[in-house]
Amino acid sequence: MRTLVQTLLASGFFGRNTPYDLVAAIAVFVLSAAVFLGVAFPFAGIVSWVERRVWARIQSRVGPNRVGPNGFLQWLADGVKHVCKEDIVPTDADPVLFKMAPYLVVLAFVLPWAVMPFSSALILADLNVGILYMTAVTAITVVGVLMAGWASNDKWSLIGGIRSAAQIVSYEIPAGLSIFPVVLMTGTLSMQGIIRAQGWAPQHWFLFANPFTFVAANILFISALAEGNRTPFDLPEAESELVAGFATEYSGMRYLFFFMAEWGNLFIIGAIIATLFLGGWQFPRVSNNPVVMNVLELITFNVKVLFLVFVSMWVRGTLPRVRIDQLMTLCWKYFVPIAFANMIGTAIWVAIWPEGNPVAGYIMFAAGIVVAIVFIRRVVFYAKRSQMELYYYPTI
Amino acid sequence: MHTALFWFLAAVSVISALGVVLQRNPVHCLLSLIVTLLAIAVMFIGEGAIVVGFLQAIVYGGAIMVLFLFVIWLLNLGVEIGPTGHIALKFFGTLAVAAMTAELMAFMLPPHLEVKYAGHVAGYGSIDSLSQKLFSEYLVAFEVTSVLLLVAVIGAVALARRTSASEIAQNADDSARRAQGAS
Repeated sequence: MRTLVQTLLASGFFGRNTPYDLVAAIAVFVLSAAVFLGVAFPFAGIVSWVERRVWARIQSRVGPNRVGPNGFLQWLADGVKHVCKEDIVPTDADPVLFKMAPYLVVLAFVLPWAVMPFSSALILADLNVGILYMTAVTAITVVGVLMAGWASNDKWSLIGGIRSAAQIVSYEIPAGLSIFPVVLMTGTLSMQGIIRAQGWAPQHWFLFANPFTFVAANILFISALAEGNRTPFDLPEAESELVAGFATEYSGMRYLFFFMAEWGNLFIIGAIIATLFLGGWQFPRVSNNPVVMNVLELITFNVKVLFLVFVSMWVRGTLPRVRIDQLMTLCWKYFVPIAFANMIGTAIWVAIWPEGNPVAGYIMFAAGIVVAIVFIRRVVFYAKRSQMELYYYPTI
Repeated sequence: MHTALFWFLAAVSVISALGVVLQRNPVHCLLSLIVTLLAIAVMFIGEGAIVVGFLQAIVYGGAIMVLFLFVIWLLNLGVEIGPTGHIALKFFGTLAVAAMTAELMAFMLPPHLEVKYAGHVAGYGSIDSLSQKLFSEYLVAFEVTSVLLLVAVIGAVALARRTSASEIAQNADDSARRAQGAS
């Protein structure tokens, strides 16, 4: 960022006596606008279409396929429809808080992009507390959701808001504790620092570094799904019980904001897991050209993140919703103790092998491949035995 | 930190702190308190104490404030209408506040509190220096605090624990026997 501003000033484009702060401010505005309008918001829209198509496939349906090729423009049509709708504020609602709540939720969705490590050079701000920043700014969501639930002055909204707050506050604890094993192993909180501590090959990823980090990665992924109000943890907006939960009274663009943030958060969930455990943008050094390398790293990072996004869609299409007591039991009786045990285990591991144990990486990776093969064989076995009709055409 | 930024954040935190005291709706008061705490967190970050700033945002802005919101909503406090309490309460209350303010001013105004700014030492505000201090110089205080928190957690669990049906029956038996013995 600083080098970019200095390059801009040196190029003389802004005139001789332009103050540094002004150019820096313009650069920040332009870059953040480019990231949000060009990456974050279209991503949230396209993911909504992809997700509906993927669920439809999982549930033997067709899904939206009318607008554009394969229904690709469905998200734009939905967006236009929501913008054109009337923005209703209920008479009994608290008008200021009611109008402000969606912005807070969107704020919590846009802030994490500042430390998103797309490649070794493409990062807005490599804070030395990057992962702590992620945790801090995503915590704002809960205030927005509670505000929406309370300000609507409606029982469904209030129950939805309180459920959501209870869920997010509870699952922040195992999620935070599952970040610590990686921090213990690297000794840094910076996103780029954590990625640089890993290698491009899977046996050098922290996912396979030792058994504790493997468990931590799974706990973090499930907790992140719960924090993002995703099925099987979508109690705050359980349609069969609460109409639409905290978003019941919202209409038009404000309603869309909540769901844009929810779908966009999938990328952030995936990016956190990919950075901490899957080696981030690491790619073998095939070229000395920094541009080529950065493009390859950008593709690597996005492939990893999009795979995780696909897994969360898969989970959503497959699993039913859990009950609230099951949700809390899972968090407090299983995840929190296991996460603490993970932390202590990793601390002991780091004390024994401060530089990491390379053999463990290979063994863990081999074990991971065995698990994947067993999983695929079981799926194939049951698919054959149940004699289901499989359609292999991705486009209808 | 830029001076203009400091004045802006100071104004935000003071105005929202006034909002905490002056607003009638308890939920609005709490949301103002969140704004105050976040503004102070941004000030910490602007001064280079990045870890402290983000911890303030996570712990106060996130977790603790949400718990406060829960308490207020579940107790179902309404909007406070008009002044409450006896006139004597108000009189002595005002006196106490004035005395408190005077005391604070006596401490805060120069020359008692001079700004001592040593400049940034190496590793200032980073998580390394913070944890070095925490686990060497202030280890005893740190451990005592953690024991205190543990006691608080156990106390909360003990208070919130529901009495099981058999225990209720047992207590009823005991009191019945005691009543018989007394007669």
